[in-house]
Amino acid sequence: MDLWPDYNTRIVLCGGGLLGLGAGIIGCFALLKKRSLTGDALAHASLPGVCLAYLIIGERSLPGLLFGALVSGVVGISVIAVLRRWTRIKEDAAIGIVLSVFYGLGVVLLSVIQKPHPGRQPSGLNSFIQGKAAGMLLEDVYLLAGLVLVALVAVVALYKEFRLVCFDQAFAQAQGWPTARLDFSLMALVVLVVVIGLPTVGVLLMAALLIIPPVAARFWTERLGVMMFLAGLFGMASGMIGAVGSAVVKEVPTGPAIILAAVSFFVVSLVLAPRRGLLARTWRAVPRERPG
Amino acid sequence: MPILDVHDVTVAYHRKLALWNVDWTLDEPQLVGVVGPNGAGKSTLIKAILGLVPIVSGSVRIFGRPLREERLRVGYVPQRESVDWDFPVNVLDVVLMGTYGRLGWFRRPGRAEKDWALECLDMVGLHDLQSRQIGQLSGGQQQRTFLARALAQQADLYLMDEPFASVDAATESAVLSILRKLRDQGKTVVVVHHDLRTVPNYFDHVLLLNVRLIASGPTATAFTDSNLHKTFGGRLSILETAGEAFRAQEPTK
Repeated sequence: MDLWPDYNTRIVLCGGGLLGLGAGIIGCFALLKKRSLTGDALAHASLPGVCLAYLIIGERSLPGLLFGALVSGVVGISVIAVLRRWTRIKEDAAIGIVLSVFYGLGVVLLSVIQKPHPGRQPSGLNSFIQGKAAGMLLEDVYLLAGLVLVALVAVVALYKEFRLVCFDQAFAQAQGWPTARLDFSLMALVVLVVVIGLPTVGVLLMAALLIIPPVAARFWTERLGVMMFLAGLFGMASGMIGAVGSAVVKEVPTGPAIILAAVSFFVVSLVLAPRRGLLARTWRAVPRERPG
Repeated sequence: MPILDVHDVTVAYHRKLALWNVDWTLDEPQLVGVVGPNGAGKSTLIKAILGLVPIVSGSVRIFGRPLREERLRVGYVPQRESVDWDFPVNVLDVVLMGTYGRLGWFRRPGRAEKDWALECLDMVGLHDLQSRQIGQLSGGQQQRTFLARALAQQADLYLMDEPFASVDAATESAVLSILRKLRDQGKTVVVVHHDLRTVPNYFDHVLLLNVRLIASGPTATAFTDSNLHKTFGGRLSILETAGEAFRAQEPTK
């Protein structure tokens, strides 16, 4: 087999890698703010929006679908906030409710769309559930590159501000920082990554790409900067491996392929990391001979 | 011009009254203790002064001006539980956060900030632990890290929420001597405190709070049996201990 990848594979490599890089870095903040499940709710809640956008536009236009995903996802998040504020439902239940109801609605809409109809092309919307990297275009890679650039610039420029708000919001607020706006910006970055990653990774597993690389990175370091670097690295590698893997082996959808790659980084980190890994902790716990 | 002027402040949230018509002025730099039973609103008072909770009515003035104009002169030590100690930062990183207010947007802490942060760590005796991840510290060390962060703020008014909670005796006396040094330098330190026995020994001025302001003034005149009774409402064992300590003027350990 020719080692140098062909054009399409190169596109998929770049796209998957960029997405994983962005998700890994942004995911660190979501993880530290304990908002990872919100990312999951957002992803699941975007499915009805994708379907409605398709029904309205009449064809599979990616920007339109992504816009529908964005609107629907944000509506889902707002419903969670409303449930929490106006009822006694706690956050985890509210997230679970919205996640499942919206996703169910999306599946129903999808089956309506898929109903065989003379003259109607297959919508290809199914790929939004589990992701599909093959068929990624150069424009999509540019979009991903733009996103990652925005995320990196924001993170570098506002690193101390974001870190402070994540660590000790009360102290940040007392110091005079606009914590609500900083928080909102972080969540906006999360929303951006999730929505743009949906076609590739899919609704079901997009949140996992935001969670697993940062968790794996956490095992190796006690410094946030290093953690974000490693999370970006693990994310990028997972994205590349998964995207290319699923492009080569047609039966495997991209989302699970990327996540499986990410999970293997996680397992290796869990076991092998010095200090925080399982082997290291077992080694420390074993009583040893003392001299004299 | 008073250092701190809390004018008729009322705070309510979750349909509960947390503070009601609290009217209190501080004119001189001193060490102030805020005491009261659980749920009395002591933390809420600190947060109201800092603008962390909305004030339903009344106003707060710091050095004669609204908070937002004087933030750089106010230092804050929140409760230890307010933070996730597994966060990937080390002791020096946390203390450096105290310098962020003066740095402003986008600027990174540089050599000068780092040297100052190390000086603050020196003052609390944590210089050698600067690279330790904060979750690996003992309770007393975590408290001292927060204190060092507040010192790094170079404030004139310090607000501290239970800085002596669950710390060992050595840390407690180390922290107390730092607070006294601050007072001697002309700073004002307001401390939410839970241990009545130590109040006469620690604080020049005391505030007794139970949603309403029960009494405030120099410890000698305000920290009386009858005021304590009004504040705590008949929990005799506490009153007896406090009363004894006050009458005997014992140095507490």
